[in-house]
Amino acid sequence: MRNWSFVSVLVLVAFATFFGTKMVGNSYAFFAGYVVLQYVVLATAWNILGGYTGYVNFGTAAFFALGAYSTVVLHKTLPELPLPLMIAVGGVVSGAVGLGTGYLTLRLRGTFFSIATLAMAVVMQTLITNWSFVGGARGVYVIRPDESPIFDGDYIEYLFLLMLALSVIAVAVARAIEHSRLGYGFAAIRDDELAAEASGVPTLRLKLIATALSGGFMGMAGAPLPYYVTYLDPSSGFSLSYAVNTIAMPLIGGTSSWLGPVLGAVLLGTLQQAATVTISSALSLLIVGVLLVVFVIVAPKGIIGWFRR
Amino acid sequence: MDFPLDLLVNALVSGLLLGGFYAAVTIGVSISFGMLDIVNIAHPAFIILGSYIAYIANSVLGLDPIVASILVLPGFYLLGMAIYHVYDVSFERRGDASMRGLAFFFGLLFITEVTLVLVFGVDYRLVEARYLGTTLHFGFIDLPMRLVVPFLVSIVMLVGLQLFMARTFIGRAIQAVAQDPLALRLMAANPSQIKRIAFGMSIATASIAGAVLIIIQPVEPSIGREYIGRVFAICVMGGLGSFPGMLAAAVLLGVVESITSTFFGPSWSPAVAFGFLLLTLAVRPSGIFGRA
Amino acid sequence: MSDPILTVSGLGKRFGGFVALADIELQVERGERLGLIGPNGSGKSTLVNCLCGTLRNETGKVAFDGRVLDGLPAYKRIRMGLARSFQLPRPFASLTLAENLRVPILYATGGQGRGVDVERRCGDLLQMVSLAEKAQKLPGDLTQIEMRKLELARAMASDPRLLIADEAMAGLSPGEVDDILALLIRLNEQGVTIIMIEHIMRAVLAFSQRLVVLVAGRKIADGDPQDVVRQPDVVEAYLGS
Repeated sequence: MRNWSFVSVLVLVAFATFFGTKMVGNSYAFFAGYVVLQYVVLATAWNILGGYTGYVNFGTAAFFALGAYSTVVLHKTLPELPLPLMIAVGGVVSGAVGLGTGYLTLRLRGTFFSIATLAMAVVMQTLITNWSFVGGARGVYVIRPDESPIFDGDYIEYLFLLMLALSVIAVAVARAIEHSRLGYGFAAIRDDELAAEASGVPTLRLKLIATALSGGFMGMAGAPLPYYVTYLDPSSGFSLSYAVNTIAMPLIGGTSSWLGPVLGAVLLGTLQQAATVTISSALSLLIVGVLLVVFVIVAPKGIIGWFRR
Repeated sequence: MDFPLDLLVNALVSGLLLGGFYAAVTIGVSISFGMLDIVNIAHPAFIILGSYIAYIANSVLGLDPIVASILVLPGFYLLGMAIYHVYDVSFERRGDASMRGLAFFFGLLFITEVTLVLVFGVDYRLVEARYLGTTLHFGFIDLPMRLVVPFLVSIVMLVGLQLFMARTFIGRAIQAVAQDPLALRLMAANPSQIKRIAFGMSIATASIAGAVLIIIQPVEPSIGREYIGRVFAICVMGGLGSFPGMLAAAVLLGVVESITSTFFGPSWSPAVAFGFLLLTLAVRPSGIFGRA
Repeated sequence: MSDPILTVSGLGKRFGGFVALADIELQVERGERLGLIGPNGSGKSTLVNCLCGTLRNETGKVAFDGRVLDGLPAYKRIRMGLARSFQLPRPFASLTLAENLRVPILYATGGQGRGVDVERRCGDLLQMVSLAEKAQKLPGDLTQIEMRKLELARAMASDPRLLIADEAMAGLSPGEVDDILALLIRLNEQGVTIIMIEHIMRAVLAFSQRLVVLVAGRKIADGDPQDVVRQPDVVEAYLGS
């Protein structure tokens, strides 16, 4: 399928999702759906770096929370700014941090990069915790408007629609990369970096592109969060559950194509939304951890691996 | 303005003691990451597990936490061997250690943490022993036993392992296993088996490290995460597989953290370790105390 | 003999205290077939790595086609036309054979996909090494010799002017050696300069117009193959006294 026809199908699916959710007639459906979509973006973003180039990022929470906190800063300084612009700013901030971390550590072996991302998450959390302008350790309240600014409906429907659009963009970008020059370069890096370099692939530059893209999308996924939760503190913004989910979803769905993270996010995201309501949130996180370990051992190619040779 | 000399000296001393404790926390990773090249980011979670076992033994049975940790040492050793076996079969032999192996340990970290939350909740737990409340005084220098005991236990463990690595056949085999598996085979040693023993030992150290951790500070399940950065920072700064280098790095970090926390406030100290780690990785990945 | 494609002068490389290469002087003419031999550990692979930018040489300089390469990363050197095959084949394991060749075609050749028919170029290259019918297979399905051929095809996909074949025949049967030998000679006839690094003397002598010998990081001989192999120090160093 050509990229544009794929995007058209994605948009159709997105509209069907939106009106399908509206038919439920309960705003809880939008609240739950928002979280699942947020994970579609996060998992897809993670996979651009992790699945395509093979560099494991444990710092999802940092990129995500940076996006959220950049919205907090904008909310306090430029409250009139429309949310889509805040999302763009969040993406730029997180993308730049991704670029910086990558520049410092991507020359090293992949495991050092992974450890560095974990470290970066804690550094960022410490900085935010000590920054009183954004609430520090006590957290910050953000007032959510009642009405959607662009159509007749609840503000949560607006947030849902934005996250839906972000999902469409992220998935379309991921898929476009797969069969592009960039995608082949990423795959070469994943398989053998030395051979990639000897084949003319500028490995460092490509890895930086992947890190910046991946971090940028994570930041965009986090940017609307303050309006969604209305109360944000460092320990919830930087929660490890974001990192675990974002790694588990692509690995369970399958890392080799765009479909894997989407599948993983929809399945695991929905499961957790259901489990959090019916059982407990800690237990639902335990399920994710166990599934992650079981899948990496038993099904290294993920769910989509079951359907391909 | 008067320079607070007594404050500085006390910060130095407690940093030194803290550094000894950090060495105990790191030594397992020095073995698994430094010598075996296995990125066990779940190690701090096993340390917290050790802390909770020491807590139960202490609060229910009234045992001394360090005695308790030595009693469960064999259990941790077996757990480590079992984990290595799964890791070896699932990732190393498939040549898939980098991505899925990392995710595996990340999953273990998370499972351990969430299970502890489910069983014990998120309250801080601590242990009691007669010696813990006392503090020795030398002039204006304070030596709290809460820090001295972990320091001594760490040094004993460190020296013991250093001797084991240098003097015994298995110890030397462990040091050789990452660099030269072929030579090992020629010596009729099975690299897989050597690694299993070594990984078992690395997890076993988590039992003792857990006990000294809960002596130093109250513990809750997610506290292990703060140690991931510290532990890897120390391990990398110390030059991966070297114990003396690791101890030097641990003491350096302990002192810098202690001074930071004395003069800027304790909420900044986690950033110190990670800042150190990022700097080390960026500037000198072979470690400050490692060979070039 | 005035316009060499590759000029190496005073090249030196050490690892810690160990001198891997010292004072290497070497010129390769356009269209030449050069053999490079030496015992294990004599610095052949280190030299290849320094030429291709995988390692940095501390002293001396490397000039390719009149341009000094020092400091250029590996990917830029291959874009200039300096290609290498690896001693142990390093295919991209998750990509099909056709996709393996697509990487250098997309990244190393000037066309970069536009104007160049990538599909056809992949097909031609696979045809050349007689792997065309396996285009959609993964490298894991290949035999030892097929893997070597893929390695050579991938080096050729970048359209090089100089190809360094690093022990492309090690471990192959005599018939397979002849196969690869014929392939390399054919490439040379198409105008590609080739440096062959090899242990199999029969192949080296059949291939080379000139022979260079490295021992313990130094060049000890450089000249007509038949003369070089009779040189006493070469005989001593290479075949053992």
